[in-house]
Amino acid sequence: MAAHSAVLSASKIMNPFWVGRLGNTAKVFGTTLIRHRNKTSLTPPPAKYGGRHTVTLIPGDGIGPELLNHVREVFRFTCVPVDFEMVNVNSALETDDDMNNAITAIRRNGVALKGNIETKHTLPASVKSRNNVLRTSLDLYANVMHCQSLPGVQTRHKNIDIVIIRENTEGEYSSLEHESVSGVVESLKIITRNNSIRIADYAFKLARERGRRRVTAVHKANIMKLGDGLFLQCCREVASGYPDITFDSMIVDNTTMQLVSKPQQFDVMVMPNLYGNVVSNVCAGLVGGPGLVPGANYGRDYAVFETATRNTGKSIAEKNIANPTAMLLASCLMLDHLNLNDYASLIRNAVLTTMNETRLHTADLGGQGTTSEVVQSVMRVIQSKGQFTAEL
Amino acid sequence: MNADVCVQRTRHPSRSSMALILFRAFLTCPDACVFQMVQDPTQFDVLVMPNLYGDILSDLCAGLIGGLGVTPSGNIGANGVAIFESVHGTAPDIAGMDLANPTALLLSAVMMLRHMGLHDHADKIQTACFDTIRDKKVRLKSLLGGLQYFCSFKSKFQTMKAACL
Repeated sequence: MAAHSAVLSASKIMNPFWVGRLGNTAKVFGTTLIRHRNKTSLTPPPAKYGGRHTVTLIPGDGIGPELLNHVREVFRFTCVPVDFEMVNVNSALETDDDMNNAITAIRRNGVALKGNIETKHTLPASVKSRNNVLRTSLDLYANVMHCQSLPGVQTRHKNIDIVIIRENTEGEYSSLEHESVSGVVESLKIITRNNSIRIADYAFKLARERGRRRVTAVHKANIMKLGDGLFLQCCREVASGYPDITFDSMIVDNTTMQLVSKPQQFDVMVMPNLYGNVVSNVCAGLVGGPGLVPGANYGRDYAVFETATRNTGKSIAEKNIANPTAMLLASCLMLDHLNLNDYASLIRNAVLTTMNETRLHTADLGGQGTTSEVVQSVMRVIQSKGQFTAEL
Repeated sequence: MNADVCVQRTRHPSRSSMALILFRAFLTCPDACVFQMVQDPTQFDVLVMPNLYGDILSDLCAGLIGGLGVTPSGNIGANGVAIFESVHGTAPDIAGMDLANPTALLLSAVMMLRHMGLHDHADKIQTACFDTIRDKKVRLKSLLGGLQYFCSFKSKFQTMKAACL
């Protein structure tokens, strides 16, 4: 307890030195250092057991387990007051017991950090995507992804800074399909007024809190006149209550074309589920790939953090080549959510320093570094800040 | 990801009669496909997909190659019925002003010629079109916006006509 207080006091004194030493990284990411202090609604759960938080950890499949191990390693090294309750979900099973345990654990702790759970195509169609079940059971209605260009990563487009807010519980992911006639399948896309108003309101509130000037709704209302038409109408209604924020809309196919030609025109984007999936992956590709961008899923009562593009990465699992950046930055988002902002800033700065100044890159960015080398570099940067740490 | 090798006899006269086509069932979701498309589109050759994904991906790919002003398309139906069209808008603000980019509709016409089996004519026009675009002196304003040079549609057509002969 005493050590914990000493760490926090030391970090408050050391802050100005960090900003000075980080140089270019700090100038570019000045807003990043403080952005998460102002977030929409959600009150984090109270710390339990003597000032330490308990967070549910779901390793998932593919690269999830190894990346989350690295997160635990960094947390242990930095003496972050977070304990993980690990819940394994076996994606090969047809029963729901594993998922029910995971959902119960998240309800108990309020916050989770997860890897992607594989959806095996060999299982019957009645077995739904476990990730989807988790999101809908906990009503994690907003998926938030912040895509920013990183100075140390070579990409075709520079100065990208887009926040994507994706409706997370309905739309094309309602898992409502039937085959009334053999060879003819009907899939239901559900758009409701309540959920559309809710996600639009979330988007505008977030835009206001982060000082963003423009919200773009992405839709296909020219074809899906009722479904996306309702979504667009709800966005317009909410926009009328935020006269300080410019609202416009764009059809999804034009959006993807504009993203690959002039991505700097976008600020905050809000959209239904499937378009959010596509647009978030396009943006991740624009800033350097899925290994770089963290994602967050927020509900009224719970929050779950993971990589933005939700890839299992089976082909690179256990080869020590996966990029740990996205998962480490997702864990920083989690720390901000728990109001452990000093630890979040410390780890985030170390990750960004490794990415932009040390330029130790993994194979997906064209580098030669391994996952462990990147993580070791992050811990060395943390140690060099004079922070009280465990042994390397 | 499965890989099956198929041998397909092709009707294209200028190609060898037996063409080896590698069919790879790339079981990919549209999300995985789009970020790979953005990062390295050269890994893809032919893609087949349902309607909505095709709408999104075709515009995304058009953005990668320079926009809808240079993207041809065709709609193929049963019994050889086909409609070839450019997919850009009607652009009423520049209609009748000799400023429109003819590339998209011209390449759509090339697709039509290939569909009809007129490959030699198609190759000639396509080569002329690409050579004209490559020539920096003759480029329309709508292509890769912000260029220093722009010209009228007529002079571009003259250049292409000369290249065809």
